[in-house]
Amino acid sequence: MLDGRAIDVRGVSLTYAGPPPVHALDGVDIEVARGEFVALLGPSGCGKSTLLRILADLVRPTSGEARADGVAYMPQRDLLLPWRRVLGNAVFAAELAGVPPDEAKRRARALLPRFGLEGFEQAWPAQLSGGMRQRLALLRTFLAPRETLLLDEPFGALDAITRRQMQRWLQDVLALEPRTVLLVTHDVEEALNLADTVYVMSPRPGRIVARIPVAIGRPRDAATVTSPGFIALKARLLAALDGDAAHDALSSS
Amino acid sequence: MPAVRHALRDYAPAAALLLALLVVWEAAVRVLDVAPYLVPAPSRIARAFMEVRGTLPDHLRTTAAEAALGLAFSAALGAGCAALLAWTTPLRRAVYPLLVISQNVPLVVIAPLLVVWFGFGMLPKVLVVTLMGFFPIVVATTDGLLRADGDLVELARSYGASRWQVLREVLIPSAVPAFFAGLQISAAYAVLGAVIAEWVGASSGLGLFITRSQTAFRVDRVFVAVAVIAALSIASFAAVHLAARLAMPWQHVAHGGAQEEVRG
Ligand SMILES: Nc1ncnc2c1ncn2[C@@H]1O[C@H](COP(=O)(O)OP(=O)(O)OP(=O)(O)O)[C@@H](O)[C@H]1O
Ligand SMILES: [Mg+2]
Repeated sequence: MLDGRAIDVRGVSLTYAGPPPVHALDGVDIEVARGEFVALLGPSGCGKSTLLRILADLVRPTSGEARADGVAYMPQRDLLLPWRRVLGNAVFAAELAGVPPDEAKRRARALLPRFGLEGFEQAWPAQLSGGMRQRLALLRTFLAPRETLLLDEPFGALDAITRRQMQRWLQDVLALEPRTVLLVTHDVEEALNLADTVYVMSPRPGRIVARIPVAIGRPRDAATVTSPGFIALKARLLAALDGDAAHDALSSS
Repeated sequence: MPAVRHALRDYAPAAALLLALLVVWEAAVRVLDVAPYLVPAPSRIARAFMEVRGTLPDHLRTTAAEAALGLAFSAALGAGCAALLAWTTPLRRAVYPLLVISQNVPLVVIAPLLVVWFGFGMLPKVLVVTLMGFFPIVVATTDGLLRADGDLVELARSYGASRWQVLREVLIPSAVPAFFAGLQISAAYAVLGAVIAEWVGASSGLGLFITRSQTAFRVDRVFVAVAVIAALSIASFAAVHLAARLAMPWQHVAHGGAQEEVRG
C-alpha cells in the first residue's frame, strides 16, 4: 500500500475549526522511506506538531491524505506519568500497544543502560533531570512495537550542551536499534546533524518550501559541523527558512 | 532525627498558643470567680475527665466507628459517582445541580428523619456522616478527573488505549490528589456529623454523652466531650493525611537533582 515508504503525506491541509479558525497546514507533501531519518524544520507555529498528530491518527486532515504504517508518537512535552516509576513509564506505550507486561519490562531493563537510566528504574520522574526525562520519553517511544518514530522536538527543552550530547547519543542508539524517524525541530544544526533528508516548512499556513537531502557521512561529530559541506547546507536551509528559496522547493533529490 | 525536628517546627507554635490560651482561661475563671456551671476552668475539666474515663471509651468507640464507616462509605460512593459524572456529560449536567441543592438541606432537618426511619442504632449516624462527606469528595474527584492532562489522554490513545485503559491509566491516577483533597475535608467533618446525629437520638456515643451531661448541668463534662471530639477529628484528619502520603508516594520526593549522565 505504501510501496516501501513508511510515511506518505499528499496534499494535506488542515484548518482548526476555532473560533477563530486557524489554517495550520496547506497542501503538505512528505515522503519518508523505510529506514530513513527525515527532519521537518520550520518556524514556531507553522503546523509541525499538527502534522505529527495527523500521522499519529489523533486529528483528521481537512483535505489530502496522510498514510503511515505503525507509528510511535513522542509528543513535544515529555508527558511522563508522575505516578509511574521510571520502569513503569518506559513500558507505558508498549503495554497499551499490547506487549505482555513481563516482556515489555524485560526489554526495558535491557535498554535502560543505553538510555542512560541504569540504576534509576525505581526513581520517580520528578527525580530526573531534564535530559533524563527526555531519554525516558524516547525509551518509551522505542519500546512501543512500532517501526516508525514520530519525534516532536525531543530535545527542544534542553540546553545547548545537553542537546548536542543527545543528538550524538540518538545517532548511536539508532545505529544499534534501527528505526524510521520523522523528527520535528526548529534547530537547523539539529536537522543537519541527524537527518538524511530535511523538509523545510513556511510560516503558517505551513507549506513545504524545500526538500534538501543531507549527503554528509556518519557519524557526524564536532568536526562535521565546521566542514564546508555542512556550512553550505546550513546556508541553504536558512535561506529556505527566510523564504528566499521558494525556487529551491523539491529541487534536488 | 530530622522528622522529629520538622514535627517540632510545624506543631510547636500551635501547641504553645493552645497552652497559653489554657493558662489565660484558668486565670480568668479564677480571678473573675466564674461559676463552674457557666464556664468551668481547665483544671476542673481535667478533674471531670478523670471521673468519666471509665465510661467515655465506649462512647468514643461508637462515635469513632460511625465516623469511620460513614467516611469510608462516602469515599467509595463519592469516587464511584465522580467516575460516572466525569464519564458522561449529559448525566453530569442532570445530576450536578441536584447535588449542590442536596447540600443545602440542613443536617439538623435530615438527622431526625433518619432516626425516625432507621432507629437509634448506628445506621442513621453512619448515613448522616456519609451524606455529609459525600459532597466534597464527589465534587473534588469529578473536577480532578475532568482536569486530567488532555495531552496524556492523547498520548495513550495514540498507542491504542481503550476508553477503559484511559480511565484506569490516566484519568484515575490524575484524580487521586483531588480525591484526597476532598476526603480531607470530609474527614474533618465526619466526627462532627456523627455527634450531631447522636444528639437526635442514640443509645451510645459522644453526642449522647453530651446530652446527658447537659441535662445534669455538668458543663465540665460537656467540655471533656468537646476536647475528645476535637482530638478525634484531628486523628481522622491525620489518618487521611497519612493515607494520602502512602497512596501518592510520587508526590513526596525531592524534585530534580539526579545526576546527568549520557552514554555513547
Ligand atoms: N487543538 C488546536 N486547536 C486550534 N488551533 C490549534 C490547535 N493546535 C494547534 N493550533 C494552532 O495551529 C497552529 C500550528 O500549531 P502547531 O502546534 O502544529 O505548530 P508547531 O509548528 O508545532 O509550533 P512549535 O514549533 O511552536 O511547536 C498554531 O497557530 C496553533 O495555534
Ligand atoms: Mg510543535
